[in-house]
Amino acid sequence: MDMVLDLVARLGRATLSLIRAAGALALFAASGLSHIVRPPFYGRVFLSTFLETGFFSLPVVALTALFSGGVIALQSYTGFAQYHAQSAIAGIVVLAVTRELGPVLAGLMVAGRVGAAMAAQIGTMRVTDQIDALTTLSTNPMKYLVAPRLLAGLIALPLLVLVADILGVAGGFTVAVVKLGFSAPAYITATLNSLKAIDVTVGLVKAALFGFLIALMGCYYGYNSKGGAEGVGSATTAAVVAASIMLLAFDYLLTDLFFSQ
Amino acid sequence: MTGTTPKIRIRDLHKSFGAKKVLDGVSMDVAQGTSFVVIGGSGSGKSVLLRCILGLITPDSGVIEIDGENVLEAPEKRREKLRSEIGMLFQNAALFDSLTVWENVTFGLLALHKITRKNARNHAGTILAQVGLDPSVGDLYPSELSGGMQKRVGLARAIAAQPDILFFDEPTTGLDPIMGAVIDGLIVDCVKKLGSTAIAITHDMASAQRIGDEAAMLYKGKLIWQGAASSLMNSGNPYVDQFTHGRREGPISMELRR
Repeated sequence: MDMVLDLVARLGRATLSLIRAAGALALFAASGLSHIVRPPFYGRVFLSTFLETGFFSLPVVALTALFSGGVIALQSYTGFAQYHAQSAIAGIVVLAVTRELGPVLAGLMVAGRVGAAMAAQIGTMRVTDQIDALTTLSTNPMKYLVAPRLLAGLIALPLLVLVADILGVAGGFTVAVVKLGFSAPAYITATLNSLKAIDVTVGLVKAALFGFLIALMGCYYGYNSKGGAEGVGSATTAAVVAASIMLLAFDYLLTDLFFSQ
Repeated sequence: MTGTTPKIRIRDLHKSFGAKKVLDGVSMDVAQGTSFVVIGGSGSGKSVLLRCILGLITPDSGVIEIDGENVLEAPEKRREKLRSEIGMLFQNAALFDSLTVWENVTFGLLALHKITRKNARNHAGTILAQVGLDPSVGDLYPSELSGGMQKRVGLARAIAAQPDILFFDEPTTGLDPIMGAVIDGLIVDCVKKLGSTAIAITHDMASAQRIGDEAAMLYKGKLIWQGAASSLMNSGNPYVDQFTHGRREGPISMELRR
């Protein structure tokens, strides 16, 4: 009997702490969002975060997209050749890249790059009292540190994904034409025929949500980190893991929302 | 407002973290223009006391008044205004490491729109000179400075807005004795020049006597002694005596385990 009660108590505690954590995160997100629209605005902070998130993530996102597009072309060729359906490759590549691979892979790359950096920077500021110092210097840390990062994530990721879409298709094109012997004009025509505005748009909406989630996790874990270097380290890990999982979960939810009949 | 209203008045302040009582009924008055030193061991709640007054930590109960106005009951906007009249030098200076020294020094002034960004660089030079630093230091980043210089920049940042109240969190910790004395000297100069009211927390007795007019000792969340800073070394209180003379034997038993 005692064991059962103990189990129930543990389950209850775990549930409560989960709900508490979800509530804290939701409040943090709401506060961060509300500071995006209320002055004063810190354009300088926004600009540097935006550059870091958008511009400096370009190489890694570009390479990821290029190779994934190529891999999709190669894989679907080997699969589809059995059924003499090679002509579908252009369509497969454009669909896979714009709907899924562009936003998800760019998101995961940015989570590892930028989400980690945000958590580490804000976490270090927390454990070295810099966040408290902001407050004593008439500056709201949520407004100064969090809001510009959330906004940067929200805007930068769709732009990155647009680039990833183009390069992913280009990767597929290169493999198809150079390695698999497709005719370039035919491949391009097939690509354009399969390209749908809705796919690209939903991909970009996903990207905006992913960008927001990545920045939110980086800021949240950094902001609440404690306990010196080790604390900052675990905050960074937690930020990347949480952002990646949430990103994949929301990817499923959005796909279900937009594409399932 | 009468002349007898203390600048800072604290009554029966309580704060616990979980089961641990950090502040257990602290009451103190700090008169306008005096320097008040709070001594106490590590973990005695000194930092928490300052953070409560600054509004970085919300106490469980009690009264904190600045110029007779209860900070804890003031609306958020008013609290921000009151907070902007307090300058704080953090223990490890807490300089913003992504900004240059001059941006650090003028951060508060820029936030309050007291100066324009264009004039800030020059203005920072003037403030840096007050803490004995060459204006050219302004273009460096905090990581390029020694501990003593970081403390000076932290002091410059704290006094930049000419606050009514200045807080110092262990200003000499981590510095060699000479640099400690230099920083103490700068603190005294700045406080006198600005006519500010100051609270410093420290466990450095030499520093406490150099900075303080008045002193008090915090032990187990309570102020157990209060008197002139000059009488710290011969207070007659066994707790204070043990602490100031650094004796192993006495009424204070070191709790090595929490």
